[in-house]
Amino acid sequence: MNIPRRGPFARAVLAAVALALVAVAPARAVTIDRVVSPGGIEAWLVEDRTIPIIAVEIAFRGAAALDPAGKEGLAGMVSGLLDEGAGELDSQAFQERLNDLAISLGFDAGLDIFIGSLKTLSENRDQAFELLRLALTAPRFDPDAVERIRSQISAYLERQAEDPGHIAARTWWEAAFPGHPYGRPVNGTTNSVAAITTEDLHAFAARRLARDRLVIAVVGDISADELAPLLDATFGGLPEVAAPAEVAEAAPETTGAVTVVPRDIPQSVVVFGQAGLKRDDPDWYGAYVVNYVLGGGGFSSRFYAELREKRGLAYSVYSYLDPLDHAGLILGGIGTRNDRALESLELIRAEWRRMREDGPTAQELADAKAFLTGSFPLRLDRTDRIAGILVSIQLDDLGIDYLDRRAALIEAVSLEDVRRIAKRLLDPDALTFVVVGRPDAAGAPPGGGS
Amino acid sequence: MFGLRVLRQCQLAVWAVLALVVTAPAVAGVFNPEVFTLANGMQVVVIPNHRIPAVTHMVWYKIGAADEAAGKSGIAHFLEHLMFKGTENAPGGTFSELVARNGGRENAFTTQDATGYYQSVAVDRLEVMMRLEADRMINLAITEEEVETERGVVLEERRARIDNDPEELLEEQVRAALYLNHPYGRPIIGWEHEIENLSAADARDFYRRYYAPNNAILVVAGDITAAQLRPLAEKYYGVIPAREIPPRIRPQEPVQHAHRRVVLTSAQVRQPAWSRRFLAPSYNAGVSEHAYALEVLAELLGGGTTSRLYRALVVEGRLAAVAGAGYSPDKLDLSSFVLYGRPRPDTDVAALETAMEAEIARLLDHGVGTEEVERAKKRLQAGAVYARDGLQAGARVLGMALATGSTVADVEAWPERIAAVTVDQVNAAARAVLRADHAVTGVLLPEESGPEGRR
Repeated sequence: MNIPRRGPFARAVLAAVALALVAVAPARAVTIDRVVSPGGIEAWLVEDRTIPIIAVEIAFRGAAALDPAGKEGLAGMVSGLLDEGAGELDSQAFQERLNDLAISLGFDAGLDIFIGSLKTLSENRDQAFELLRLALTAPRFDPDAVERIRSQISAYLERQAEDPGHIAARTWWEAAFPGHPYGRPVNGTTNSVAAITTEDLHAFAARRLARDRLVIAVVGDISADELAPLLDATFGGLPEVAAPAEVAEAAPETTGAVTVVPRDIPQSVVVFGQAGLKRDDPDWYGAYVVNYVLGGGGFSSRFYAELREKRGLAYSVYSYLDPLDHAGLILGGIGTRNDRALESLELIRAEWRRMREDGPTAQELADAKAFLTGSFPLRLDRTDRIAGILVSIQLDDLGIDYLDRRAALIEAVSLEDVRRIAKRLLDPDALTFVVVGRPDAAGAPPGGGS
Repeated sequence: MFGLRVLRQCQLAVWAVLALVVTAPAVAGVFNPEVFTLANGMQVVVIPNHRIPAVTHMVWYKIGAADEAAGKSGIAHFLEHLMFKGTENAPGGTFSELVARNGGRENAFTTQDATGYYQSVAVDRLEVMMRLEADRMINLAITEEEVETERGVVLEERRARIDNDPEELLEEQVRAALYLNHPYGRPIIGWEHEIENLSAADARDFYRRYYAPNNAILVVAGDITAAQLRPLAEKYYGVIPAREIPPRIRPQEPVQHAHRRVVLTSAQVRQPAWSRRFLAPSYNAGVSEHAYALEVLAELLGGGTTSRLYRALVVEGRLAAVAGAGYSPDKLDLSSFVLYGRPRPDTDVAALETAMEAEIARLLDHGVGTEEVERAKKRLQAGAVYARDGLQAGARVLGMALATGSTVADVEAWPERIAAVTVDQVNAAARAVLRADHAVTGVLLPEESGPEGRR
């Protein structure tokens, strides 16, 4: 991809602040190769020999949203168990192999996506791919490992149960998606995790981890010729096709309510949101800009200016687009002192309304474009991050030339676009809040606060 | 320990909390930095990395929370916030606006020993960052009004990080108990009642006293060489006059005589937790010859799923959901070595403590084995290779080293020094450090358990 260059706009900004610039660095590209193995398995590769390491990121479409009712947390439990024994290696043997070779291997399940991440020194490349193969195609699910991971998940759920941020998010999602898999906890409940059997775990691996659902990215000290046979060796043993499964399309039920979950903590922890856009929506890039101006831009959003910079009401206040496969959301969060929490909520709703009514200013639009195009390439500094981006591009079906086109897609957003899209996207009357804390408390609750 | 942990989802929360104690060790033989010093005494470190045409630009000040005057806890961190409030040349939020308009990502951090400011940008924007950062090294303008507003922000940060989280509150109490006399016992963010009283004059005073080029380190990692950086460093930072910096004199720890036990019971807790934190040497204080051996010890005791503690308590003992150890020696003064665990839901914290103590006794009685030492050393050394990936790790490690009395050569020699650690040295370090009378046990309990759990 192309590095950020000083286009006419950027030059104008710099001139305005009278800055002398050093010579422009030569353009260089992150070149993505499409590697197709003899067996027909495709991976995207960025070959980079600067450091003797290799990062692999893979993702299967279909995860926790497909967990059977009453067995919520199945995908998550599988993700904790794939590296706990596979093939001839029991749990400790498998982990010893990873540790002794300094290989990092882990899996994670979200609502829609099941992810695997592998990182190895290139000298241990073949052994690392072999361990990934074993984990994906021959997990053992031995009883002792299953019980240990089950108890670890239970311990984690217990801990989460009193975490204010977790309570706020759970309450929000449950209310937004009643009766839909998106309303269920990704990691399940103590009861649902207790109900998961070894057969369930094997069934998940056999039915979900299939080649038609898989995308692969590899970055680092490896060539296309070296990778191609490894793709067959590693992923060739997976079933070709996953079991049929369907998640219904969903629209979040957001009524504009403010729900309070009382807890005796000094700071109210708040989650808020409403319906947003899915990733393939034609208005995506405009919505991305609108969100950046509203609450997405670190130290420069309207939320930051109004709530933190002007009033000191929060350390952290933000919003983000959350495009799921079957629903789109715009979500946000804030931690704010109890005695002024309701004021903070009103300010957030007011900013939501102001953005809907007037949209971003021309300056805000220009600033957003400058940041969103200029900062993105900085994410490509580490092999695992590059691999993660390549997987996302594949999952979102954006095309192998996306990195070259991305800046132009953002630059093409006009002031007219963002004004129209802000009206389409933002509905202050639907903006729904969950507050965990004592948002009405005027004085100090027990245990601190002012 | 870069990238060696297999992070399980159910452990993520724990790692987040314990990030304080398992911070990455210095890694070396891999960054190959270029170094020079400006005429005014400002140190410059360049870490070439040409993967992408970008740089991370960091300015470190050799001043941190442990250098604050008594009664002014939190001023180092408060000032870090105020450094974004502007100068005459770049008033108000201009600094962050310009960083963002140039496609930069920025932030800052305060530790006990150092304060750092950084931006990641395309290399052709580096000069803008240097101009802005040099400007706020001398021209910071702080108004009373900004201090009042920012106090609210800092208090919300404290609530979010600590007061809302019983585990962090306990950790704060444990550290306060561990250091009887040294300011490491105070929280970096400050005690709430002292944050309430910090003034603009306090911030200006701290700034004028400690923010000067001869007390700063410039670290630039990325697509640049020392030859390219030097003229820019001279142009922006080199013109700032040096100033006399007061010596860092901190009260030191007396001999400790008694074990301390800190118990926090909270309605916000369902999952108990246990830790024991031992006073320990660092690279620069105490019996620092133990430091490298302690890094090996932390790895073999608690570095991942095949470590001694994980195997004994989680896999075989079936008592714990989590068990591990941590140690970070990159401190100016005495560091600490921590063992920690979380019982399984069907186990109480007393059983976990008993098992932990049995493991400590086994270690002290029988010592460590050659094979586990060799394995731990190999994993640590691999971490030094992984640390070369990306721009941040090298800048962090080298900046922290120089701010805490170590040298670039120390960092670069780290893999060799780890390789040279012997079984005898690990045993000697364990026996010197794992002493109950130099330690604090922290216990986190749900409200219904009573003050000491079901003991």
